[in-house]
Amino acid sequence: MGSTSPLLWFGLTTGGILLVVIWVLLSLAFLLLADRKIWAGVQMRKGPNVVGPFGLLQSFADFFKFVLKEIVIPAGADKIIFILAPLISLVLGFVGWAVVPFAPGWVVSNLNVGILYLLAMSSLGVYGIIMGGWASNSKYPFLGALRSAAQMVSYEVSIGLIIITVILLAGSMNLSTIVEKQSGWFWNWNVFGGGLKNIVLVPIMVVSMGMFYISALAETNRPPFDLPEAESELVAGYQVEYSSTPYLLFMVAEYSNIVLMCAMISVLFFGGWNPGFPTDFLKGWGWWGNLFLALVFYAKICFWFFMIAMAKAIVPRYRYDQLMRLGWKVFLPTSLVLVAAVAAWRVFGPGA
Amino acid sequence: MPLQAIAFYLLAFVTIAAGLLVVSARNPVHSVLFLITAFFSAAGLFVLLGAEFLAMLLVVVYVGAVAVLFLFVVMMLDVDFAELRQGFVQYLPFGGAIALVIATEMVMVVAAVATNGAASRNALPNASPGGVPNTEAIGRVLYTDYVFFFQLAGLVLLVAMIGAIVLTLRHKPGVKRQDIGKQVARTPKTGMELVQIKPGEGISE
Repeated sequence: MGSTSPLLWFGLTTGGILLVVIWVLLSLAFLLLADRKIWAGVQMRKGPNVVGPFGLLQSFADFFKFVLKEIVIPAGADKIIFILAPLISLVLGFVGWAVVPFAPGWVVSNLNVGILYLLAMSSLGVYGIIMGGWASNSKYPFLGALRSAAQMVSYEVSIGLIIITVILLAGSMNLSTIVEKQSGWFWNWNVFGGGLKNIVLVPIMVVSMGMFYISALAETNRPPFDLPEAESELVAGYQVEYSSTPYLLFMVAEYSNIVLMCAMISVLFFGGWNPGFPTDFLKGWGWWGNLFLALVFYAKICFWFFMIAMAKAIVPRYRYDQLMRLGWKVFLPTSLVLVAAVAAWRVFGPGA
Repeated sequence: MPLQAIAFYLLAFVTIAAGLLVVSARNPVHSVLFLITAFFSAAGLFVLLGAEFLAMLLVVVYVGAVAVLFLFVVMMLDVDFAELRQGFVQYLPFGGAIALVIATEMVMVVAAVATNGAASRNALPNASPGGVPNTEAIGRVLYTDYVFFFQLAGLVLLVAMIGAIVLTLRHKPGVKRQDIGKQVARTPKTGMELVQIKPGEGISE
């Protein structure tokens, strides 16, 4: 957005934010249903199929069920923090979307350090969980919160290092620039090294992408790394004492974070809105061309959401010490080597 | 820009109020949470200055990692604050003296800026010197002019890290540890043994 009057700028930005939030919330409703349908499919069940055609309105029915229930706050809880925790979770789950570019120019805030902003916001997500676990004043939630804090801090390290490989390839921290660099054919995507001259980097970037995907599972507390809420050990971890709307907020925040991670994988490694072939034919389409590209991006998000849902359906839960071993002893050294390799290629390679 | 002024006063007020509450809150967990609020609004002030890279670093490093560990430790501590406050009055003169020194220094800095002293020359920070984004500007300075200091800082951190590991790592003998390579390499041949036992004799190893 250019240099317009402050009031117009304010209005445009607010409109953009509302549009993105409504889009994410509506998508979440159906992605949640898709999640349950996918697990059901893997386990040869039907899944939710009663509310609406094919159970399409199930999420809305669940929403009203949660909202209409009674909010129970434990007597020994720290009331302010107890209520604040799910709110913070929800806000932090949504602010990350501010820098995600949906199509050329379709971004709420085209921040120069977009990647760092996303990393910062996803690392803040731990506060909602740790505050909720502590404020509940109960053993299981507290254990869940501690686990979650250690887990998220550990996997942030490898996510940060993997992001550096992408920054090195793109030469920018601006998400729109990173996506634009991957335009054209699909071999320009960062997962394939970002262009034919970097073809040597394919194995490195594929490994980076795989590690990013696994770290994203750990960062969002998804199975097989859902130890903070492991129902067989901690009942429901940090959510034990939560009911009704606060619980709903936690859940919406969790799913928003998951979808944000899917968007991040798509933007960083799979070309964001680029469909994988040159898009010159879109020149005369104007607004519709942007919509087409946004739908391409959305399709990629849905694909990665499907992958994350499949991980929950087929992978058994990790043990806590194995989780820490994987994070610190496998991912951290590997990602360090990857960063060194990509940096060396950028400095000494032919494309330098 | 009125919007920027509003944002500045809001963030500045929140930073100072949160800073005050860090020291005056009764519950240590609340103190840490206020500290996080202070960090966060300080990051907002950096953004207003145009230093978005520093702002994000502040959030990623301090709020995202350091403060989480603070919170982690404080939540697990069982601190008896009635006991801690017993020696409070005894430290009052010392604390008062430090407060006085810092207050004098702050007044002097403000006076120097207000009277167009040496400090006011840097009063308007340039977020993008030479037209490059400040991430790049910081990188250029850090890896050229100050590269030795940068490496030295890295070495100091490395020494601190190794020191922490050496101080806390203890190998207990007789503890079974998981060796994933060993587990995967196990085959029926190495894992079990077929023995023919004669009736009534049992087996001795």
